[in-house]
Amino acid sequence: MPLIRLQNIWRSYQMAAETVHALRGVSLGIERGEYVAIMGPSGSGKSTMMNLLGCLDTPTSGTYELNGTDVSGMDDNELAEIRNREIGFIFQSFNLLARATALRNVELPMVYAGVPPDERHDKAMAALTAVGLGDRVDHRPNELSGGQRQRVAVARALVNTPSILLADEPTGNLDSKTGVEILGLFEQLASKGNTIIVVTHEEKVALHSRRIVRILDGNIASDEPVTRA
Amino acid sequence: MNFLSELREGLLIAWDSLRANKLRSALTTLGIVIGIVTVTLMGTALAGLNAAFLNSISAIGTDVLYVSPWQWFSDEPWWKRRNRRLIYLADARALVRELTLARATAIEEGRRYSVRQGDRIATGVTIYGTTEGGAEVGGLVVKEGRFLSTAEVDGGRPVCVLGAELAANFFPYESALGKRVVVAGQNLEVIGVLEKRGKFLGMESLDNQLFLPITKFALDFGFRPGVFVRIKVRDLQSMDDAREEIRGIMRKIRRLAPGDADDFAINEQAGFIQTFERMNKVLAGAGLFITGLSLFVGGIGIMNIMFVTVAERTREIGIRKAIGAKRRTILTQFLIEAAMICLLGGLLGLAMAYPVTLVMDRFMPARLSWWLVASALGVSVVTGLAAGFLPAWRAARMNPVDALRSE
Repeated sequence: MPLIRLQNIWRSYQMAAETVHALRGVSLGIERGEYVAIMGPSGSGKSTMMNLLGCLDTPTSGTYELNGTDVSGMDDNELAEIRNREIGFIFQSFNLLARATALRNVELPMVYAGVPPDERHDKAMAALTAVGLGDRVDHRPNELSGGQRQRVAVARALVNTPSILLADEPTGNLDSKTGVEILGLFEQLASKGNTIIVVTHEEKVALHSRRIVRILDGNIASDEPVTRA
Repeated sequence: MNFLSELREGLLIAWDSLRANKLRSALTTLGIVIGIVTVTLMGTALAGLNAAFLNSISAIGTDVLYVSPWQWFSDEPWWKRRNRRLIYLADARALVRELTLARATAIEEGRRYSVRQGDRIATGVTIYGTTEGGAEVGGLVVKEGRFLSTAEVDGGRPVCVLGAELAANFFPYESALGKRVVVAGQNLEVIGVLEKRGKFLGMESLDNQLFLPITKFALDFGFRPGVFVRIKVRDLQSMDDAREEIRGIMRKIRRLAPGDADDFAINEQAGFIQTFERMNKVLAGAGLFITGLSLFVGGIGIMNIMFVTVAERTREIGIRKAIGAKRRTILTQFLIEAAMICLLGGLLGLAMAYPVTLVMDRFMPARLSWWLVASALGVSVVTGLAAGFLPAWRAARMNPVDALRSE
C-alpha cells in the first residue's frame, strides 16, 4: 500500500460569484522512500497540492490516505496531530520562530508531541548535529546564514521522525551554492530511506529527485522518473 | 500534549514575548495597575472601617439593652423625634427598682464640658452622670482607686472618676486620687482612674471622659437632663423576657393606655450592627462598581493590545499550527500571555497600594490582608483571561495556510 494515496481530489475555492477549481480530480500514489518533485508554473495548483499533501488543508471532494489513514475528512485538531506526527515541513522562507534559538526551534514539534524536556533536548541536539549545526544551537535565526537557517528547518522537520519531508521551494531564498548544499542534504536523507516531496518550479531543483510530477491547470500533466545521464 | 506542559510552554512563550515588548506591556498594564490600586485601597478601607466598628461596638456588649426615648436608626421625622417625651431621673430610678432580670443597671446622661484642674483646662471632655452600676454595664475597668459607690450616687456626692487620658494630662507625675477638678463650677474629688480604652469608631477618644453621680449631675448642673437607662441582662437567653419586662414597667411608669404606642424605645447592639452592615453593603457595592469600572477599562486596553499582538504574530501562529499546535494550544498560549500582563499589573498595583495603606493606618485600622492580596491577584488574572479570550480565540481559529502566507 502506498504511503500517500490521492484519489480523484478536487479543491475548489469560492471567489466572489464564481467557483475556482484549483485541483480537478487529481489521483496520485507515492511509495515510502520515494524522492518526488512536484512541478508546475504559478497558478497551476501546485501550492494547493502542497497544502493538501501537508494536511494544512482538506480537499473539497476525493480521498487522501496518508500512511493508511483517511485524512480528507479530519477537523482542525486532528489534522494538527497528523501534521505533528507524519509531516516535516521545510519552507522557502524557513519559517523559524525569530525569538527562539535554533535548539528551541527544533524542540518545538516535540513540545507539541508531548515529549518530556530532557528527551526533547537530547533529540534536538542530535538532530542539529546531524545537519552540521552542533556548534550553533544557541544562536537565534537572525544570527545564522540562510543555509544554516534552512538546516535548522530541516532538523526541525526531521526531529519527530515523520513519514514525509515536505519541502516548498526549499532553495528559493538561498544563493545557488547553499542551494546545492541543501539539495545535497536532501539526497543524503533520501538515500537513508526518508520520503521526500519537493514542490518547486525550478527544473534544476526537480532534477535532483527521482520522480517528477508536473501539474498544469489543476491536473497531473506528466509523471515520470528522472533519468540520469 | 497534556494541559500542564501546555501551561508551562505557554508561560515560557508569554514571558519571552513580554520581555520582547517591555514598554508596550508596561503601558498596557497601566489600566490594570490603576484598577488593582483602587480595588486594594477600597478593600482595605472597608475592612478597616469594619474592624474599627466591631471593635467599638463590642464595648457596648451584646447583652445590654438601652432604654431611651428614641429608637436608634429609625426613620422617624425629626419633628416627631424632637417631641418625644424625655425619661427623667425619677422614672429611670423607678424602672431600675422594679427590674428583676437585670444583672446590672446604669442611669446615664452625657454632655461636653471643659474641665479645670488648677490652671490647666481640658476642653471638650465628655461628662457622664451615671450610677454605681455604670462600671459593670459599660465594661469600665478601674486602674486606680474605685468606681462610684451606691452611697455616693444616692447622696449626689461631689466625686468623680477620670478617663485615662484626662488623668494623665492633669496629673502626669502623681496620683490623681484625692485631687480636685472643676466642672461647670462644681468642685469634684477624684476617687478613681480608668484603664485606657481607645477610640470609638476610630474617632472619639473614650479616655477623655469623666464620670460623676447622675444625681449630682441632675441637681447641680443647672438643667434637668433627660436620661437613658442601660441594662445588662442577667444572661443572653433572658434578652426577650427582659425586653418585655422593661416594656411593661415603662408603660406603667409613663401611664400609657393599652392602645397607645410606646413613647420610648429599647435599643440593643444588634440594631447598631444591622444598620452598619446595611451601610457597609452600600459602600462595598459602590466601591465594587467603581473599581469594576476601572478594571473594565483596563481590560479593554488588554484586549486591544492582544488583538494587535495576534495580528503581528499571525505568521508565528501559522508556523506553530503547521508544526502541530492544536487550537487549544494556541488559545492557551495567548490567554496566558494576557493573564500574565494583567498579573504583572496586579503585582505592580499591590506594590503601589501597600505604602498607601500604611499611611491610611494612621487614621483607621487599615491592613492589607492576605485575603485581599490574593483576591486582587485573582481578579487581575481573571480580567486578563476575560479580555484575552476574544483575541486568543481568533488566533486559535486561524487557518494555517492563510496564516503562513501572511507577512
